[in-house]
Amino acid sequence: MYWNQEMECMPPEQRRKLQLERLQKLVRRVYENVPHYQRVFRKAGIRPDDVQSLDDLANLPFTTKDDLRRTYPFGLFATPLKNTVRVHASSGTTGKPTVVGYTRQDVDTWSEVMARTLSCAGVKQDDIIQIAYGYGLFTGGLGVHYGAEKIGCTVVPVSVGNTKRQIMLMQDFGTTVLACTPSYALHLAEVLEDLNIDRSRIRLRVGVFGAEPWTRQLGREIENKLNIVAIDIFGLSEIIGPGVASECLYNTGLHIFDDHFLPEIIDPQTGKQLPPGQEGELVITTLTKEAFPLIRYRTRDITALHEESCPCGRTHVRMSKIMGRTDDMLIIRGVNVFPSQVESVLLEIGHAEPHYLLVVDRRGPLDQLEVWVEVSEKVFADEVRRLETLEKTIQREIEGTLGISVKVKLVEPKTIERSQGKAKRVIDKRDLHNLHNKTK
Amino acid sequence: MWVKQISIFLENKSGRLAAVTRLLADHGFNIRALSIADTSDFGILRLIVNDPARAYQVLKDAGFTVSETEVLAVEMPDRPGGLAGVLDLLNEAGINIEYLYAFVSKSAENALVLLKVENLEKAAGVLTANGVTIQGHNIVHQI
Ligand SMILES: [Zn+2]
Repeated sequence: MYWNQEMECMPPEQRRKLQLERLQKLVRRVYENVPHYQRVFRKAGIRPDDVQSLDDLANLPFTTKDDLRRTYPFGLFATPLKNTVRVHASSGTTGKPTVVGYTRQDVDTWSEVMARTLSCAGVKQDDIIQIAYGYGLFTGGLGVHYGAEKIGCTVVPVSVGNTKRQIMLMQDFGTTVLACTPSYALHLAEVLEDLNIDRSRIRLRVGVFGAEPWTRQLGREIENKLNIVAIDIFGLSEIIGPGVASECLYNTGLHIFDDHFLPEIIDPQTGKQLPPGQEGELVITTLTKEAFPLIRYRTRDITALHEESCPCGRTHVRMSKIMGRTDDMLIIRGVNVFPSQVESVLLEIGHAEPHYLLVVDRRGPLDQLEVWVEVSEKVFADEVRRLETLEKTIQREIEGTLGISVKVKLVEPKTIERSQGKAKRVIDKRDLHNLHNKTK
Repeated sequence: MWVKQISIFLENKSGRLAAVTRLLADHGFNIRALSIADTSDFGILRLIVNDPARAYQVLKDAGFTVSETEVLAVEMPDRPGGLAGVLDLLNEAGINIEYLYAFVSKSAENALVLLKVENLEKAAGVLTANGVTIQGHNIVHQI
């Protein structure tokens, strides 16, 4: 079910023409209106007229999170503040947040792409949608809200938290669509189980989960517990908020609404563009944003693009589910390794909430990867032989996934440090050696 | 009927065994028998205590990975080759012993051995049919 069939199913050749037109206009607009872009373009020796084809995109300079911080709060806005009808901000873990702005047209665009997202999930006008994303400076709540209203759903803007009340409303209103983070969905499912609520009193059919990356395995767990279909939606506040890309019901990856958001995949080390199918860092250019346009914004999310057609009929380029962040990426013996890959393996083997740690060290010329796994009651066996089998299974599966050899070590619960509920996933001792060698 | 045993996952590093025994002592438990099976990285500590259900909870609350299992308490005939005789009987019946360790009881006339087998019922049947005595969990309360 499409929201905007013309745009979603446009022949790729025609879309490329549209993208180029929009890109050329965008480059001219930011060059004229944003001092930052004028400066970096000049430094790179690029004039707006130099963009003659989509391939020329690769010559434009990147925009990074640091650029956003440096220009705090409104330095990258391309329209006067009087035309800005809304700002959102993402909480910075250190220091100032990053601020994004929207013109009235931008809010319309956002509503449009969110309506497409929800339609991808099969959401229709007669659905009752409970929005349990946070409202406020965070883009999640209001983003989904505007899209759902555009479709004409009955919107329950409950925001996040107060789980028992969420469940009460869900039963009383007959909620059919749940929108929240996947971790909150799992929490909700567990509370539902604890309260022993008869599943027939819950009418939920589909969940649209985003704002944090989640694995297929976690999705299946939520699907089984809530008896729904879980749809992965992707977005980030810098680009627009939720509504950048969405899975459809065919589970083939996330359709990127690339008439508005032009994606590329680059090698995070060299900055070179990578061909479809190859994993790398997702870079997005916002083709139509007015207040806060971004040229080649480095999302730091790792994924791959796919151009093959999808059975749903949409012709948008698709991205794989997010595999990790460039911040988390480890390079071990030349192979890219993400903690999330290890997590998927452990989830498959039966750890409901896997606690693990990757310890990277260098012995002689070779990098060594050790994976520490906390032994939960669920997998603990009273026999050494069975624990050794478990250890070997984990090792074999991780090696199969990563393509490098690892050593698995079973450790006691709570061995792995948790800081503010979030576990530390990597200890890279190679850095220590490097530091040591430098000081010598 | 069977003797209840507590198994604890421990990393193979110094101080872990002491941590468990201190914790149990602080809570007033009496450890009646103990065995450790280990590899270079980890070990499994198996304990017989007077109140296994409460010990399980205490250990769990302290953050250990614990499981409760059942073992067979077999009285050893008081003669040379007593243990070998018991093992032969089980072997002939095709029963595989996963592990065993000794248990000292002042009340039982003979030494006791705790056996872990897959099918406790079947093993007990074979042994009693051959005149070997099986003790229940009450032995841990007798001093
Ligand atoms: Zn599709």
